[in-house]
Amino acid sequence: MEANRIYPDPAQVREELIQKYPVKVAKKRAKSIIINDPETIPEVQANVRTVPGIITQRGCSYAGCKGVVLGPTRDIVNITHGPIGCSFYSWLTRRNQTRTESLKDENYIPYCFSTDMQEENIVFGGEKKLKVAIQEAYDLFHPKSIAIFSTCPVGLIGDDVHAAAKEMREKFGDCNVFGFSCEGYRGVSQSAGHHIANNGVFKHMVGRDNTPSEGKFKLNLLGEYNIGGDAFEIERIFEKAGLTLVSSFSGNSTVAQIENAHTADLNVILCHRSINYMGDMMETKYGIPWMKVNFVGAESSAKSLRKIAEYFGDAELKARIEAVIAEEMPRVKAVIDEIRPRTEGKTAMLFVGGSRAHHYQDLFSELGMTTVAAGYEFAHRDDYEGRNVLSSIKVDADSKNIEELKVTADPVLYNPRKSEAELEALREKGLEINGYEGMMKQMTKKSLVVDDLSHYESEKLIEIYKPDIFCAGIKEKYVVQKMGVPLKQLHSYDYGGPYTGFEGAVNFYRDIDRMVGNPVWKLIKAPWEKQGAELEASYVTQ
Amino acid sequence: MLLRHTSSEVKAREGLTINPAKTCQPIGAMYAALGIHGCLPHSHGSQGCCSYHRSTLTRHYKEPVMAATSSFTEGASVFGGQSNLLASIETIFSVYEPDIIAVHSTCLSETIGDDLQQITKKAKDDGKIPEGKYVIYASTPSFIGSHITGYANMVTGMAEQFSESTGEKKNQVNVVAGWMEPSDMREIKRLSKELDVKIVLFPDTSDVLDAPQSGKHVFYPKGGTTVAELKSTGDSLSTLALGCVSAEPAAIALEKKHKVPFETIDMPIGLTATDRFIMALSKAGGVSVPDEITAERGRLVDVIADMEQYLHGKKVALFGDPDQLIPLTEFLLDLNMKPIHIVSGTPGQRFEKRMRQILDERSPETNFKNGLQADMFLLHQWMKNEPVDLLIGNTYGKYMARDEDIPFIRFGFPILDRIGHSYFPNVGYSGGLRLVEKILSALMDRQDRDALEEKFELVM
Repeated sequence: MEANRIYPDPAQVREELIQKYPVKVAKKRAKSIIINDPETIPEVQANVRTVPGIITQRGCSYAGCKGVVLGPTRDIVNITHGPIGCSFYSWLTRRNQTRTESLKDENYIPYCFSTDMQEENIVFGGEKKLKVAIQEAYDLFHPKSIAIFSTCPVGLIGDDVHAAAKEMREKFGDCNVFGFSCEGYRGVSQSAGHHIANNGVFKHMVGRDNTPSEGKFKLNLLGEYNIGGDAFEIERIFEKAGLTLVSSFSGNSTVAQIENAHTADLNVILCHRSINYMGDMMETKYGIPWMKVNFVGAESSAKSLRKIAEYFGDAELKARIEAVIAEEMPRVKAVIDEIRPRTEGKTAMLFVGGSRAHHYQDLFSELGMTTVAAGYEFAHRDDYEGRNVLSSIKVDADSKNIEELKVTADPVLYNPRKSEAELEALREKGLEINGYEGMMKQMTKKSLVVDDLSHYESEKLIEIYKPDIFCAGIKEKYVVQKMGVPLKQLHSYDYGGPYTGFEGAVNFYRDIDRMVGNPVWKLIKAPWEKQGAELEASYVTQ
Repeated sequence: MLLRHTSSEVKAREGLTINPAKTCQPIGAMYAALGIHGCLPHSHGSQGCCSYHRSTLTRHYKEPVMAATSSFTEGASVFGGQSNLLASIETIFSVYEPDIIAVHSTCLSETIGDDLQQITKKAKDDGKIPEGKYVIYASTPSFIGSHITGYANMVTGMAEQFSESTGEKKNQVNVVAGWMEPSDMREIKRLSKELDVKIVLFPDTSDVLDAPQSGKHVFYPKGGTTVAELKSTGDSLSTLALGCVSAEPAAIALEKKHKVPFETIDMPIGLTATDRFIMALSKAGGVSVPDEITAERGRLVDVIADMEQYLHGKKVALFGDPDQLIPLTEFLLDLNMKPIHIVSGTPGQRFEKRMRQILDERSPETNFKNGLQADMFLLHQWMKNEPVDLLIGNTYGKYMARDEDIPFIRFGFPILDRIGHSYFPNVGYSGGLRLVEKILSALMDRQDRDALEEKFELVM
């Protein structure tokens, strides 16, 4: 529903956003600031270098690999090879929850492991120290797996983490050791690290255990990192619906599950940006189709469940899923009915991640709120415009440096779960099989789409649109709030959540209601600062 | 058990650091640079460095932390980062309009050998630094020292690159703040005012990282040491460095450049360290100590005397940064407590020497280690071997405290899960009072929680 207010002319907004930049910068930024048209989706410049000196939201490849994709794994000893900082900053800061069955199970998430490289390691090489560190980790913990993450200096000084990993793996025999060349300078954002992580997990983990998994409707959950317990809620729903979750990449996951993932019959992808490579590679090698779903939003969750039922094509499953939806929805509806009169017509802006800026629009629209501007921090054009633009994306020098694994069908294990005709029929029914239509198709005409939003642009947007809520991350949180606008963190959820599924939707509605209606925003001005509050005579003589 | 894989058996490690009690240099440089008025810190490296540092500082302060990055890609890493830095300087001055850009390096730019002095000179020669604006720099390789080293290097950079001497002495004393909170810096200024000594405190993050909610984001908040003040440090009577690790190098730089004599004292945390600070500052300013300060001190001593039964003999484990741990350890001994396990990831013999001076006489049996592998994993193992009544350290300590079921006081950097550190000081007598209150509350809450019903006390 359109909000009851007048929006500024987006073309003019764009001019205003870039006018202060030096000419070359303005020219570049203009290509990433787009006025949306869901009918004929315009091209967005994305996944290109951030202009040096610009205050960006983006992080690095290491953050995408170690922080995002591998961070949620609990039974891998994740060793950062580098100076101390990188391991320290990625230590427990992403709120990846995990739940072991017993106290005996491995859980290294609360730990931080680093080789703490010193100057002599930079000068004379750090491989020796790395191998000592791996040995010490093995001796102390005897883990199933040890993974090595390279930080910037490692690639520059030529340490071969893969050789070191191989040597130690062969030496141990009972511990899978593997490395990631995820130096921070690779690519242009976290995105490069996602790709590198996908490659490593695919090469070193997936397919190691061919034991057939049990269950009738077996699927993997891809691109769900269990921030704030999101995966727990999805697990709850799947269990209720009779779906068997073989593995999760990588929220609340175990090594054993990931090694057995190729025995599932469907991959559902939540965060397309960070894990689509895995979907593609598993399809090619094992014949498992992937499907884009979204469990953020109650309606979206229901829709995604129906799509999964449709994929498996089983009447009983369909009926059970309808029953689950029928059971869960009234509770959700009741909360919407209570809250929506307070949120209806309000506006939101979302600048975050590589899929969240899209997914969370569903929750806002369930509250009757309009997304007036949105953009991703590290996405590619396909996340904006849909995967049908993939072939037209120019591969630049920065992307070329990221390895594309050459994957072929496994001579033994390749087994197409559906025929091409069956897949086509499912697509006809609206299932995003091996596809993703992107964010812009869902956004309104003339809404603003901005890739890799800069600090300067965010302040301008807030001044111009005065949104009721702004969604971004920790670096933006207090800047925006100083402007009197509440900011919802969509990386860390402001330490709340879960926000997925039906329970998550309710949590989110309540959080947004609380934030946009909080009385504190009206307390900012002191009484004597308010207009018309002139000092009056404070006493009367008698 | 969150740290279920930590066993009590201590084995020497040489390659692996587990649960570090330190982080890397650049974040310290970024924090220090925020203590200059009108300054934008700039991280010369990959985007991730800047993002991680801003995130950590933001979580610690719950405040905007603005900083820019050279956004290195693979090309810059191979061919050198000069063009990235030059482009950054140009973009920053036109878009964000700071008075000063404070550039620090990273492990990436240091490994490839970028020379910040040469690049900033080139920026100046090429006319990329507008009239009246400044670019300062500090070399802060992450593979040397710790966040404390980075802080010291940036503070030294400020002193070296801004200080001037006119030949005429100013009636003022430089006070170099070691790594402390904005609340602590505010308290140092208050005490100096109380003493009637004019000081130039640098850096000064008060009114920067504790900015008021005004409905506006003030990009360069009103706090921070001004350029004029920094320039004047060469004319000061003397310099007082608060901390031998994080503050002294800047004082040495001022002595070298302008022959400003300096004295290094411990950061004024706790009773006796604050006594030394007050004495040193009153001496440097040639003033006597006013009664009000004596009364403040007296209130702290009074509380310690009144509550000594709850403090004495209590065993404490602590971890954190050298300049804070030194006076904190001394204060715990003054409180008749037993600091028995201490680690700091920051290397250096100054710290070790000073700690030995404090511990050898009064607590020679204390387990103490700093530098490589002096990490929280080791501390936790020590705690398993000899349990403590209290743990003091940054937020990461909460995992050990929960597993071992011991009271925990958040102290140091980073504190990610509580507020207060940026508003209420730990330095000075009032800071000491706050620490004693926190320690007593933690211990006495535990006593109340664990007391048998018949032993539950109303008055304590």
